[in-house]
Amino acid sequence: MLAAVLSLTVLGAALGLVLGVAGKFLAVEANVAVAEVEKLLPGTNCGQCGFPGCAGAAVAIAAGEASPACCPPGGKAVAMAIAERLGVALDAASIDDDGPQLALVAEDLCIGCCRCLKSCPTDAIVGAPRQIHNVLRDACTGCAACLEPCPTEAIRLVPMPVTLPHWVMPRPLAA
Amino acid sequence: MKRARPARVFRVFEWFYGCKSIESMFNELFLLLVSTALVNNVVLIKFLGLCPVMGVSRRLDSAIGMGMATAFVLTLAAAASWMLEHWLLAPLGLEYLRILTFILVIAAAVQFTEMFIRKSSPGLYQALGIYLPLITTNCAVLGVALLNVQQARGFFWSLAHAVGSAIGFMLVLVIFAGLRERIALARVPAAFAGAPIAFVTVALLALAFMGFAGLNV
Amino acid sequence: MGLMEKCFGFSWGVHPADHKRPAADAPVRVMPMPERLFVPLAQHLGAPALPAVLAGQKVKKGERIANPQGAVSAAIHAPAAGVVTAIGEIPAPHPSGLPVLAVTIEVDGEEACDGADGGPPPCDDPFALDPAEIGRRVAQAGVVGMGGAAFPSALKLSSSKKAGVETLIINGGECEPYLSCDDRLMRDEAPAIVDGIRIMLHATGAREALVGIERNKPEAIAAMREAARAHGDVTIRPIPVRYPMGSEKQLALTLTGREIPAGRLPADAGVVVHNVGTAKAVSEAIRHGRPLISRLVTVNGGAARAPGNILAPVGALVADVLAFAGGLKEEPARLIMGGLMMGMSLPHARVPLVKGTSGILALSAAEVDDRAPDPCIRCASCARACPMGLLPLEMARHIAADDFAGAAGRGLKDCIACGCCAYVCPSRIPLVQYFAHARGRLAAEERARLRLDATRKMAQAKSARLAAEAREKAEAAARRKAERAAAAAKAKAAAEAEAAASEEARALVDA
Repeated sequence: MLAAVLSLTVLGAALGLVLGVAGKFLAVEANVAVAEVEKLLPGTNCGQCGFPGCAGAAVAIAAGEASPACCPPGGKAVAMAIAERLGVALDAASIDDDGPQLALVAEDLCIGCCRCLKSCPTDAIVGAPRQIHNVLRDACTGCAACLEPCPTEAIRLVPMPVTLPHWVMPRPLAA
Repeated sequence: MKRARPARVFRVFEWFYGCKSIESMFNELFLLLVSTALVNNVVLIKFLGLCPVMGVSRRLDSAIGMGMATAFVLTLAAAASWMLEHWLLAPLGLEYLRILTFILVIAAAVQFTEMFIRKSSPGLYQALGIYLPLITTNCAVLGVALLNVQQARGFFWSLAHAVGSAIGFMLVLVIFAGLRERIALARVPAAFAGAPIAFVTVALLALAFMGFAGLNV
Repeated sequence: MGLMEKCFGFSWGVHPADHKRPAADAPVRVMPMPERLFVPLAQHLGAPALPAVLAGQKVKKGERIANPQGAVSAAIHAPAAGVVTAIGEIPAPHPSGLPVLAVTIEVDGEEACDGADGGPPPCDDPFALDPAEIGRRVAQAGVVGMGGAAFPSALKLSSSKKAGVETLIINGGECEPYLSCDDRLMRDEAPAIVDGIRIMLHATGAREALVGIERNKPEAIAAMREAARAHGDVTIRPIPVRYPMGSEKQLALTLTGREIPAGRLPADAGVVVHNVGTAKAVSEAIRHGRPLISRLVTVNGGAARAPGNILAPVGALVADVLAFAGGLKEEPARLIMGGLMMGMSLPHARVPLVKGTSGILALSAAEVDDRAPDPCIRCASCARACPMGLLPLEMARHIAADDFAGAAGRGLKDCIACGCCAYVCPSRIPLVQYFAHARGRLAAEERARLRLDATRKMAQAKSARLAAEAREKAEAAARRKAERAAAAAKAKAAAEAEAAASEEARALVDA
């Protein structure tokens, strides 16, 4: 009885010691994954994912608390890139991505209050007080941060229009 | 190779001394590896360690990583468990603690492997996910250690047996991952898509491995 | 050419029935100006041209109506005299039928003289000109590759000069079935083509020109030989009849034995490939100062009543060209712009002709196979037919499973979309459509990635700006506070001093 107790205690202590020493040597300083995920995210800190900015979302995604598909402006492309990086299986078909979106200012509703200008993380809205504002298409990420501040609900999101150089040949029907 | 045997406590080299010549030793080693890796394949013939085979075989690269990790743990655990059995449990008459101590050693080895992989390859660490700590409960690892005790062979024989089993495990994991990567592109009937077709495939693979039973080793 | 190919024929490509005659033998008909011309601003590879006219403006024939913008672009000229009625969107000659910006010209019939402002000046001795000047004049004339890709020719000439190209390859292969515009051009305009080739030799600094013409065009070979007799640096080379012989990589391999490496330009193998039509356009531009405003178009197909080659102005509607060519026997089952193998199917005939249009094919129902595709039987016919040595079946499998990166890893970027794989497929799988789909998706992903990088920089710039503003504000506030404190201290000191002084004074008074 004593032998059993002693031998198990010694064994456990020895293994614990070995692991403790190994833990010291093999300690991971910072989570590399968080930094890499943050690099893949849009970086506009729009907050649509529900986390405080892209850095917060990166921590949550890397820890597995949030889905890689939680970033609406990034869409399917970003979700797949993060899933690939983290080695998480993600069904491409399950992500509802209605394509890239753009903010559009309704000219008859805009009163030129400049509130949306301040909310835009990429400075994609141009305008001056009491002038109709406009959205720069190339700079807009469709993050929807400007919808909330608008007092007249003059801004809405529209799908990015398909143009000739951006047209994609449809996939053939499966054989 | 007639030499005086060393003290019985250190039966480490028993196998070497038991062989008639270097040639016969390598002969035996080769046959042992073939027998454990193919004929008595740990996954497809003995049906041990099926969990990672189904779980981590979606992609070839993570399957290779998992195979390496399991092979490392398997070999380390076999060596450690042989020493425990022969130097601690048998002399003190504590054979009833065998499974407990083996699990302890295996768990420690897995912890060490996990730390190492996390440090050296964060991508693989993420890819393996829950399956990495689950090597602890991989019955192939414990099974090989227990079989070694059961067959009461020397240290190097046990080690070779573990290496052969690890090679067999990795082989099956890699072959199956390669097959699944191709199945992922194939148009599988909806009722069979996903796990069912994987089970059908692994069953066919097991049938194919039964063919090695004809090898006279 | 490898030994295997010498002994056993070609290891790549296909040999479709060519259907070139009787269209090739019919004399060229010149199409009269239609009432309206729709000249698209994006007729070439690269950035669309920038319009240089206003609606309501009168233009002369050959007047420049749009300027190139960006590094890769080409100028566009008025194909006929008339009034610009609109600069707006019209349906593009493209399978999508999406709109494209175009200049609409109401033709008024006044034929202006050649070389109206916009085109290059005519020149009697182009060989006295600086090669760079030839490039400039070719750019002025808005010449683009006439084989179909419509790459701005001036850029190709100047980059060949820089790359030190040794051999100029002239593509008279015309391997596409149904098409015969290059054949007709070589038969009728061989001297002009050879002249254009020699001007291009001068412009590129190449030592020799090899003209590859498929053996199924004996008349063209004879005419070109006759025209090139006096010029030792232009060699006419009959080449085997094989599709896609007209692809630049295959043509260069056949004529020079040099293979163009994957992902590289022909210049890396010391060659540059131009079409015979381009040679003719270069000659016209340099000798006569005529910009590229019309081209030879083959009208062919089972539904066309009178197949033949038409000299049509750029911007004429396909419907007008078909009507002039004799109309249609039946409603075409498919309307194709370009060749049968690589051309694009048009949604309707109300789209304009562009500089790169080599043919208009009105296919009858008998010529179109619309049956649904069968599953792949892994016969690997496509792998044998592929001129680039790819595995079309494997690429299509990956694309069908949405694995575009996997398809790219199997050589999707090297695919020249020649259509050999789809042509030989016994299951009628639309392989080229899969590849076009994957390319579009990969390009869209790449665009999204670039966009993400750009917007991330903008977001960082904004937060940096806000931080700087906040810091400045805080600093200014601190400064003001310090100033105010200093002022207060001063005032206090002054008041104390005053108080002390008054105290002293009082003390003095008291004393």
